[in-house]
Amino acid sequence: MTTNQPRMVTSAERLRRLLALVPYVAARRAVGLAEAAETFGMTERELIDDLNLAWCVELKAPEPYCPIDLSYEDGEITISQAESIARPLRLAADEASALLVALRMLAEAGGGGSAVARLIAKIEAAAGAAGAPSSQVTVKIESPNVPGVSATLATALSAGRRVHLRHYAWRRDEETERDVDPMRLLVVEGRTYLEGWCRRAEGVRLFRLDRVLAVEVLDLPAEVPEEAEERDVDAGLFRPSDSDVRVELDLAPDARWIAESYPCESVTPLGEGWLRVVLRTPDTSLVRRLALRLGENARVASPAALAAEVREAAAAALALYE
Amino acid sequence: MSKRRTERLLSIVVLLLSSRRYLTAEQIRAAVIGYPEQDEAFKRMFERDKEELRDLGIPLETGRANPIDDEIGYRIRRQDYELPEIHLEPDEAAVLGIASRVWQSAELAGAAAGALLKLKAASLELDDGDDGAASSSWSRGIQPRLTTQEPAFGPLWEAVRDRRPVTFDHLASGRSEVTRRTLEPWGVVNRRGRWYVAGYDRARNAPRVFRMSRIAGPVRLAGPPGSVTVPDGTDVSELVKDWDRTPARDRTAVLRVREHAGVILRKWARETAPEPGQSGWDRITVSFADVGWYAEYLASFGPDLVVLDPPDLREALISRLKGCL
Repeated sequence: MTTNQPRMVTSAERLRRLLALVPYVAARRAVGLAEAAETFGMTERELIDDLNLAWCVELKAPEPYCPIDLSYEDGEITISQAESIARPLRLAADEASALLVALRMLAEAGGGGSAVARLIAKIEAAAGAAGAPSSQVTVKIESPNVPGVSATLATALSAGRRVHLRHYAWRRDEETERDVDPMRLLVVEGRTYLEGWCRRAEGVRLFRLDRVLAVEVLDLPAEVPEEAEERDVDAGLFRPSDSDVRVELDLAPDARWIAESYPCESVTPLGEGWLRVVLRTPDTSLVRRLALRLGENARVASPAALAAEVREAAAAALALYE
Repeated sequence: MSKRRTERLLSIVVLLLSSRRYLTAEQIRAAVIGYPEQDEAFKRMFERDKEELRDLGIPLETGRANPIDDEIGYRIRRQDYELPEIHLEPDEAAVLGIASRVWQSAELAGAAAGALLKLKAASLELDDGDDGAASSSWSRGIQPRLTTQEPAFGPLWEAVRDRRPVTFDHLASGRSEVTRRTLEPWGVVNRRGRWYVAGYDRARNAPRVFRMSRIAGPVRLAGPPGSVTVPDGTDVSELVKDWDRTPARDRTAVLRVREHAGVILRKWARETAPEPGQSGWDRITVSFADVGWYAEYLASFGPDLVVLDPPDLREALISRLKGCL
């Protein structure tokens, strides 16, 4: 999502930024150039260009006059006069709604403590009418199956304690047990996950809360190693690795939901509503289970060994009815 | 080019905010540097500038510039322009930091970041709130993320926000042909990580729910802003919930499941016991709703599971498995 390319900023975006930058500096006695640049997500060079622009604003009637007076030296900016733009512009409908929807989602997820409700009230009051469209966006989060799992994990996180998890691995239809040092709770694509350092796998793992069968807070401190890095979930939960198996799966119209529910490398129409999808998976048992489930609505096109495995599993299952 | 334009727009904002009176286009032209000599060119440029200022959310008001003639003037009322005073407690500042990172989509992530900057400009309490949040105990709570991979999200949000009807092509589940729909959108809903739009379908004459990922091609606006009325008492999330309803599990199935397999079935089981006379197998009694759906689901367990009862579920499972051969 982030690039190192120089950004093209339109005059409108630049004006929007200036109308926040000027009051930001004006409200503070002095602001470090580096700090202001970081806050506004720009380089110091871009920041100085913006400051120069504001400083150059001149009204020529009725009397010639420069409304904004500022200076920057020794890495510090001061604004001695900002006149009518000393206060920031009101929140726009998109801005107010983006924040309010996010805050309500945080509250729905059970995060943020008592501050969320107070903050929602303050933002609503400050936004006025601009906050109204936010009521037309609703986010519902799937609640975990085990009551209290999320609350127990939140407690373990804030107390910095290790947990013992019984967890269900769907793709292998297996129950696993492990000790985990919790790092954070995430809600991604409507589901809640625990991210933590798994002491069994010795790596960072994500656990879907609706697949946690039991959780126990241990009387041990969580010890997340230095090398443990939070996963960049914003780039997607599933990241294919080179060792993954590439699977081609043909889907009938009734099985189209697979293409929406699983990350596919490619989706190609085959005619008559059929699709060919390419999936990458570290474990073909996931695809085997999917293919069994989909019956005549899916065909494993490759690898051939996996297609054979699906047929054999179906034949073995049918033999149990003879 | 862009720099001059920004300078000009900033000058207009400063000028109009400082004036109590409505200023005419000519008065603005006289005060602001950068407008052309030629009248037609000035008019065009001034029109574009006004539009751009309004797009940014600047409350540019029009009124009669003086009581004698009808000439139109412009002003920006300070109380309409300025963000009201807002004071945040340290925990609120930390929560704001978390909230500002929730949106992952281009449309609203930028809006959330813009809002945060305005609030920072208004409130010194936010100086360590945002970055401090990363290390404070607050961020060790829950961190929600909202993504909008569906291309329809952007235009549908704008339509909902501005209360405008839309048309789009929709591919219903299990179909291979799209149908054109005209919708008065009432709201957007994210449920189980998926985005939906709910509203009044003009052709069907009834409320309808559409999953955004099933919308093919562009979403087009089909009416002016403000032309959609959301009926009083409408709860769009209830509409989506009804549409996506899980039917009641009012039927009972008896299954034979291999020991150690079917972990999730056991979790929901009403009864689990060793299968008499069949070592290595358990007998599990579960509730289910829909034969077709449940047979599909059970098929994924392959040779680790046998349906003993009811017969229709057993037949549905057998035919599903035969489809794999």
